[in-house]
Amino acid sequence: MLDASEGHVTADGRKIGGVVMEMRNITLRFGGVVAIKDISFDIREGEIRAIIGPNGAGKSSMLNVISGFYNPQEGEVWYKGQKRPPMKPYQVAQQGIARTFQNIALFEGMSVLDNVMTGRIRQMKTGLLAQALWKGRAEAEEVANRAAVEKIIDFLEIQHIRKTPVSRLPYGLKKRVELARALAAEPSILLLDEPMAGMNVEEKEDMSRFILDVNDEFGTTTVLIEHDMGVVMDLSDRVVVMDYGKKIGDGTPEEVRSNQAVIDAYLGVAHD
Amino acid sequence: MFYREAGDFKTSYVDDSQTFPIRVDRYGYYALLAVAFGVLPFLVNDYWVNAVLLPFLIYAIAAIGLNILVGYCGQVSLGTGGFMAVGAYACYKLMTGFPEINIFFHVILSGGITAAVCVLFGLPSLRIKGFYLAVATLAAQFFLVWLFNRVGWFYNYSASGQINAPERTVFGIAVTGAQNPPWAAYLFCLVFTVGCALIARNLTRGMAGRKWMAIRDMDIAAEIIGVNPLKAKLTAFAVSGFFVGIAGALFFSVYLGAIEVGEAFGINKSFLVLFMVIIGGLGSIFGSFAGAAFLVLLPVFLKNVLVGGLGWPTDLAAHLEFMIVGALILIFLIAEPHGLAQLWRVTKEKLRLWPFPH
Repeated sequence: MLDASEGHVTADGRKIGGVVMEMRNITLRFGGVVAIKDISFDIREGEIRAIIGPNGAGKSSMLNVISGFYNPQEGEVWYKGQKRPPMKPYQVAQQGIARTFQNIALFEGMSVLDNVMTGRIRQMKTGLLAQALWKGRAEAEEVANRAAVEKIIDFLEIQHIRKTPVSRLPYGLKKRVELARALAAEPSILLLDEPMAGMNVEEKEDMSRFILDVNDEFGTTTVLIEHDMGVVMDLSDRVVVMDYGKKIGDGTPEEVRSNQAVIDAYLGVAHD
Repeated sequence: MFYREAGDFKTSYVDDSQTFPIRVDRYGYYALLAVAFGVLPFLVNDYWVNAVLLPFLIYAIAAIGLNILVGYCGQVSLGTGGFMAVGAYACYKLMTGFPEINIFFHVILSGGITAAVCVLFGLPSLRIKGFYLAVATLAAQFFLVWLFNRVGWFYNYSASGQINAPERTVFGIAVTGAQNPPWAAYLFCLVFTVGCALIARNLTRGMAGRKWMAIRDMDIAAEIIGVNPLKAKLTAFAVSGFFVGIAGALFFSVYLGAIEVGEAFGINKSFLVLFMVIIGGLGSIFGSFAGAAFLVLLPVFLKNVLVGGLGWPTDLAAHLEFMIVGALILIFLIAEPHGLAQLWRVTKEKLRLWPFPH
């Protein structure tokens, strides 16, 4: 396990800071079904934190708790040293938590550029009247944010499709546009829900590279759900393992790999 | 070939986000504005203004308003007629209550009042969607018409229950009332149409438009990336109501001059404007103009051809006109479900390569 001291430097020279978000004894129920049962873990600034587990373990529910889509019945979410009151999802987003979705949730009727620009919602504050006039404040803000968005478009290598309607793009590119939209918010925590689901090997390699580059370049704290164990073990600094809504392991990839409970959950054990 | 964007490079984000990014389009637009403002007022006569230009300009404003709500924000509304009535009656009350204030401000204020009413009837949209919302707005349509029919204060207790626009002037020239010169009425409406179209374009190319479209395309995802659904939907209702109210105010004060609410702003009006938006193209400002032109000009054109050209009796022509317009609407929607705006986009795409498509 990592020591509790504030911050350290990883073997490859990245800075990991103090705890930015902490989940304390989270329990989430849907009627009689307990999706998450008394789970606690923390997320440190600048790290790539993976959540893994077999199907139905409650990983996506956990992500939905972090992004404010579900409010847990019990437990507390601590964000930047403060207890977070129950919030609407858009308020959580305004606090700087951005995410991508398991099934792509782009705005199909809009161009790639507009999709990514929508991610800047947190930074664009001009009122309706100023926007109606356009010249002046609205235009200045649009241009400034466009410049920031273009950097991300550049970074993720999607310049050639910026004016294309999203509905015309292939799956792999859509995933990348979705990442761009989340990044455009300059989030303090980036949540990725199965960013590599349904991709071939080349696309997975591309996506892994982008995730690492983003973390490297912007120091973005990343929480990742992924089924491809190779990818998870390679990318992440620390891993939470869930099974049937319970936490069965937490630690570095090496620690998790040798954890007997984790091996049992994935390979199965004889019940007698 | 004829439609050139080659060599039209953008060197700044300001250039790239302008209303007409392609130079040919931009010059065409300037030319159109110059003709509309500088040439047409000297040519038009009473028939042209009252049969063609005024209805086109006014319906274009209403269609833009409804397009923002339905086409951009995805909230279906069948209350357009009722909201136009709000604009008309607000304008009437302002004209008669504050005769010393210029009619120009009355029309804008009417838009503001309609926006407030529209937001009120937009509140259910936070809970209900799609067809159910359409039914809720239908209630607005019937309630508002009933209200203006029943409460005497709105029509100043006139014996007939009608409202009549008194004469009001801009720069000393009458734009409303029986004696207004056609060109003045035309110019007055043109100013509002151009202004509304510009505002609509500015809003839809910026963050407000993106929020609306995000709600339209996937409301849950929109909320998770930070769009406040309450604010986005209600601003769409407000902006839409503002335009529809202006259209209603102009329809009453400049175009008709005297109205009876059930006749002028009945459910037919709601459907007419909705058809304009659908035929023109959802989510397109140009489509709003195209749709308004289609449904205003086509009947006039058919009447001229059938009665004027072929010498048919008027009643026969009137019936055939309905059938032909209906059939054309069907054909258009089957050929291009995304409306005239999409047809225009496809034409432009083709023209880029014509006559060498390979």
